[in-house]
Amino acid sequence: MPTVDWSARGRAMQKWQNQRAWFLVIPVVVLVAFNALIPVMTVVNYSVQDIFDSTHRIFVGTEWYREMLLNTRLQHALLRQLVFSGLVLLIELPLGVAIALTMPRKGGWGLSATLVIVALPLLIPWNVIGTIWVIFLRPDIGLLGHFIDHTLGIHFDYPTVPIQAWISVMMMEVWHWTPLVVLLAYAGLRSIPDAYYQAANIDAASRWAVFWYIQLPKMRGVLTIAVLLRFMDSFLIYTEPFVLTGGGPGDTTTFLSIYLVKLAVGEFDVGKAAAFSIIYFLIVLVFSYVFYQVLLRAQRGEVR
Amino acid sequence: MALIEFENVAHSYLRSPARMEDYALRPMNLAWQDGGAYALLGASGSGKTTLLNIISGLLRPSAGRVRFDGRDVTDSSTVQRNIAQVFQFPVIYDTMTVFDNLAFPLRNRGVAAADVRSRVSEVAEMLDLTDHLRWRASGLAADEKQKVSLGRGLVRSDVSAILFDEPLTVIDPNLKWRLRRKLKEIHKRYNTTLIYVTHDQSEALTFADRVVVIHEGSVLQQGTPQELFETPIDRFVGYFIGSPGMNFLPCRLSGDGAEVVGQFVPLAATLLAKATQTTGLEIGIRPEAIGLSSSGSGLAVEIGDVEHLGTRNIATCRLGEHEIKVVVPPEQPILSERGILKFNPAMTRLYADGRLVG
Repeated sequence: MPTVDWSARGRAMQKWQNQRAWFLVIPVVVLVAFNALIPVMTVVNYSVQDIFDSTHRIFVGTEWYREMLLNTRLQHALLRQLVFSGLVLLIELPLGVAIALTMPRKGGWGLSATLVIVALPLLIPWNVIGTIWVIFLRPDIGLLGHFIDHTLGIHFDYPTVPIQAWISVMMMEVWHWTPLVVLLAYAGLRSIPDAYYQAANIDAASRWAVFWYIQLPKMRGVLTIAVLLRFMDSFLIYTEPFVLTGGGPGDTTTFLSIYLVKLAVGEFDVGKAAAFSIIYFLIVLVFSYVFYQVLLRAQRGEVR
Repeated sequence: MALIEFENVAHSYLRSPARMEDYALRPMNLAWQDGGAYALLGASGSGKTTLLNIISGLLRPSAGRVRFDGRDVTDSSTVQRNIAQVFQFPVIYDTMTVFDNLAFPLRNRGVAAADVRSRVSEVAEMLDLTDHLRWRASGLAADEKQKVSLGRGLVRSDVSAILFDEPLTVIDPNLKWRLRRKLKEIHKRYNTTLIYVTHDQSEALTFADRVVVIHEGSVLQQGTPQELFETPIDRFVGYFIGSPGMNFLPCRLSGDGAEVVGQFVPLAATLLAKATQTTGLEIGIRPEAIGLSSSGSGLAVEIGDVEHLGTRNIATCRLGEHEIKVVVPPEQPILSERGILKFNPAMTRLYADGRLVG
C-alpha cells in the first residue's frame, strides 16, 4: 500500500506562491513617479549641487541645507508663517463655527441662497482676491480704506505701516477662507439627529451644554478636516499677500513661499531655493501628521 | 406625578391645514390617570410620536389645551412640565462617561452631589450598568447605549410621567423581554405614570394596564388589554389586535341569530336587541373563540391551509368566498377537508358598518 507523506506535500503547497500580482501595481507606480517622484527628485538634484550650466556643476552635499537652516531671513519667515497660520486657525475656526450656529437647521430657498452667498469668496481666483483687496483698502477710492482713513480718522497706509499690513492680510485671509469652515461646520451640524436636541431639552441642558456636549463632539470629524485644510493652505499661502503687499513693508509680510519665490526667481539662487523647498515640504508634512494624530487621539479613549 | 388631560387637542405639521387629512392628530379628548401604565399602540405614521411629543412639550399642539392636574401647561416648556422621555434610537453624550450621562439630567436641575450619586448607582444597578459607569459612553454597544438612554429617563424620581417612544427597537428580543419586566417593576415600585409608544401589540398588551389604539391621528379605543381583545370597537382594532386578527363575516339577521352564506349562527338575545339596522351587518369572532369539529351542528366549511405554530395551529377555513381563521389546539388532528365550526356565543360580536353593536 503506497504511503503519502502529507507533511511534505503540505510544505510544498505552502511554498507554491505566485508573486506576479505585484505587476498590477505598475500603473500606479508609473503615475506617481511622473506626478510626484520625478519632479521632487529634480528639486533634490538641484539641492545637492551647485549648477552653473549644463556641463559645469559641483556636488556640494548638504551645504545648501546647512546654509538655509542657518539663514536668519528664512528663520524669520518661518516664525512669521507660524504666527500667521496660528492666527488663521484661532480666528477662522471659532468664527466659522459661530456663523454656522446662527444658520437655521432647516429652511427653503432662503437657506440655499445664504449658503451660496457665504460660499462666494471661495469661488474667486486667488489673484483676483488680492486685487479686490488692493482696491478695497485704498485710502482714496477704496470703500474700507476710505472709511478708516477719513470717517474714523485713523491714518491708514498699509503698504508702509507693518501692523496695518498684517491686519490687512489677516482680514483678507479670514474673508476668503472662513466660508470653508462655515460650510464644513454647517454640514456637521446638519447631520445631528433631532432626537439629540429633544433629549437635551428633556434633560434641561443649557444652550451652552448643548453646544459643548452635543454639537461640538458631533462636529469633531469635520473640524479635524477644517484644521488640516486651513493649516496646510495658510502655511502655503502665496498669491493673495503677494498681490496685496508683495511681502512688505520690508520683509514684514514675507511668508515662507514669498521668500522662496524671491530666492528662486528674484535672486535665481536655485540650489538654495531647492534645499529650502525640501525643508518647507518636510515642515508641512510633519505639522500635518502631528495635527492628524492629535485629533485622531482625541476621538478615541474608551476608558477614562 | 400628575393627571394628564387633553382637551380638544389637535396637531397639524402644515401651517394652514384645510382638511381633516392635513392633521397628524385629529381633535381628541383624553385623560391619562396618575400612576397608570399606558401603551400607545398604532401603526407607523398613525400619530403616536406626535401625541407623545405634545405630552412632553417638545411640540405645541395647533389647537386645544393640555392640562397637568388641572393646570394648563399648553405653553409650558418640557422642563417646566418635568417630563422624562426616552427616544427610539439611543441618544448619549459621547464625551461623557456613563456615570456623567446618567447624572446629567439631575445635575442640570441642581440636585446635590450625594443624591446624584445614590440615584445614579440605583438606576445603574437596575439596568446592569454598574460595571460600565466609568466607561466613556461612546465606546458602548448599541443596546448598552440604549440602556444609558433609558437610565437618563428613569434617574429622576419626581417626574410627572415617563414617556417611551418605541425604546426597545434596537434591543435584541431576550434583553427586550428583561427590560420590559424591569420597567414594570419600576412602575410597581414608584407608581410613576408610564406611557409607552409601540407598534408591537404583544409589547403593548404585556406591558400596559391600559392600551390606547391610535389610527390615522384618532384614538379608536382605550381599554384594558382584555377589553381590546374581546370587544374591539371597530374592524380596525379587531384586525390590529390579535394574531391572526378577528374574523368578520357579512350576515343578515334571522330569527334568534344571523344567516351567513345561507347557514345559521345563533347570537345572544341581548346582542340582537341592540341591533337597530338590518344592512351592513357583520359577525366578528376571534379565531380563539371558534371550535372546529368534524360533526355536529354549526357552520359547515372547507378546511384549507393549516399553519403549525408549535403551541397552536391555525386553520384557514373557507365559507363561500369568505375566509375564517380558526385556532386549533396542537393535539387535535385535522384529517378531513371539511369541518364544522362552532362560535362561542359569549364571544361573538356584531358590527354594523364596521362599528361594534352594543
